[in-house]
Amino acid sequence: MQALQDTWVMAKRSLRHTIRSMDTIITVAATPIAMMLLFVYVFGGSIGGMFDSGPVKYIDFIVPGVVAMCVVSGIAYAAVRLNMDLQKGIIGRFKTMPVAPSSILGGHALSSVVSNLFSVLIVILVALLAGFRPHAGVVEWLLFGGILTLFTLATTWMAIMFGLLAKTVEGAGSFSYLLLLLVFISPAFTPVEGMNSVVRAFAENQPMTSIVETMRSLLTSGAAGNSIMAAILWCVGLLAVSYFLAVRIYKKRTI
Amino acid sequence: MNNDKAAITVRNLKKVFKKVEVLRGVSFDVQKGTIFALLGANGAGKTTTINILTTLLNGDDGQAIVNGFDVAKQADKVRRSISLTGQFAAVDDILTARENLVLIGELRHVTHPGDTAKELLKKFDLTDAADRRVGTFSGGMRRRLDIAMSLIGNPSIIFFDEPTTGLDPQSRNAMWETLKSLAKSGTTVFLTTQYLEEADQLADKIAILKQGKIVAQGTANELKAILPHGQIELRFHSQAHLTAAEALLKEYAPVLNAELSLLTVTTDGTVAQLSALLGRLEAKKIEVAEFAQKAPTLDDVFLKIVNEKEETK
Repeated sequence: MQALQDTWVMAKRSLRHTIRSMDTIITVAATPIAMMLLFVYVFGGSIGGMFDSGPVKYIDFIVPGVVAMCVVSGIAYAAVRLNMDLQKGIIGRFKTMPVAPSSILGGHALSSVVSNLFSVLIVILVALLAGFRPHAGVVEWLLFGGILTLFTLATTWMAIMFGLLAKTVEGAGSFSYLLLLLVFISPAFTPVEGMNSVVRAFAENQPMTSIVETMRSLLTSGAAGNSIMAAILWCVGLLAVSYFLAVRIYKKRTI
Repeated sequence: MNNDKAAITVRNLKKVFKKVEVLRGVSFDVQKGTIFALLGANGAGKTTTINILTTLLNGDDGQAIVNGFDVAKQADKVRRSISLTGQFAAVDDILTARENLVLIGELRHVTHPGDTAKELLKKFDLTDAADRRVGTFSGGMRRRLDIAMSLIGNPSIIFFDEPTTGLDPQSRNAMWETLKSLAKSGTTVFLTTQYLEEADQLADKIAILKQGKIVAQGTANELKAILPHGQIELRFHSQAHLTAAEALLKEYAPVLNAELSLLTVTTDGTVAQLSALLGRLEAKKIEVAEFAQKAPTLDDVFLKIVNEKEETK
């Protein structure tokens, strides 16, 4: 009970940080939006051509990938903020107080999830303006929200782990480029059929693929699809491992 | 624990970092409501000691009891008893001063965090700046806020890691006053410092840490007593008298300062020896212009101890 209360206190602090640097939320949403518009209006003419005949428009196809991009770039701020706290000695103060490690880290995690979901909301609103037409009912939207939250939570805890390991604030955020790469080497923007066999084998078996495909399936065909179990397992697995490692590293770090 | 008056008891504490022995069996006691200074040069192991006592770090061997609780086994109870003010002000730049204080108040579960914040803002002369972001504060203001945050929840022991390093003289004096008033109100103050003057001014008890070992401890006066007592300074009117006196008083280990016409000799501190010494000068018609008994300073003690240990190594 007390740990939850402390987590909320820490989350309030972190959310204040986020609100006082509105530019970070805008930046987090702006890059994926720019990419989306670029894909739809610039590359879309040729890449998207193959979708004209199918039931799914190109913009409908890429929105889940754009959402994933938004999340993996947004969670970098959790790593950056946590690392900044470490560098400034404020974590040292918290650690010598009777506050559970899970509350201090959890506060960062909670605020990261809230601010990232907000960024995703902006992305989806812009997508709707640009012609995105989802075919999801209430249940599918709720499932989509659930998967999205789980995915954000898992990647946020990865960010927290890297934030604890990084020697510098700049280094703390850079790992999200790796996740960004995973988004690109997945069927997020182009179907895997066009990739060479090695890349395709990787793309078909990495976590981002099942996550993006599940989100797409929910939004475009209004069904959970075949990948939902894989997506959930990947997210829960990554979350568990990252959480465990992050708390362990946190306890080991002196300040 | 020795008795219920001990706020901190440290026995044979050891810590090794990457094969370097940072602490090599440190032992000391701190009484409740007193100011204890851990004195040492950079790299002596001061911060490591403070980190272990404040539960940031585990020792490799030995025992540390803080407020009756073992730092290794009852970390949470230790944390309820203490507060740490580190070398650099650990404040949140993006929050306001008030928000910083309320945050700590909420985490320490005080009944009315807002009221506590208000009181502390007033006490530390920060009321006018209360709702400004701390990022805009001067170094002195940040320090004051930092200490105010450490007082929330009335911890019975407060640790200060080099609290005056990098402060201007005015802020330093203000810090000294704060530490004194804390001790007066019953809080135990543990501080580390590189400055002898600081330890001399503030501390009820001083321990000198050198290369991971306590090489001396006691009150400032007890430490000063380590030095030979009967040091006497004699000033002469002329250079001729000075050199003559030096030759005459060979057995008193004279140290000559020609520039100031000053001769420092060491006696056993008895009146008999002192009068014999002066009698010899008088017999030779060497006139003493000034005569003073030299009071040893902590600096002398520190240098003596540090040098001695170097020699015995």
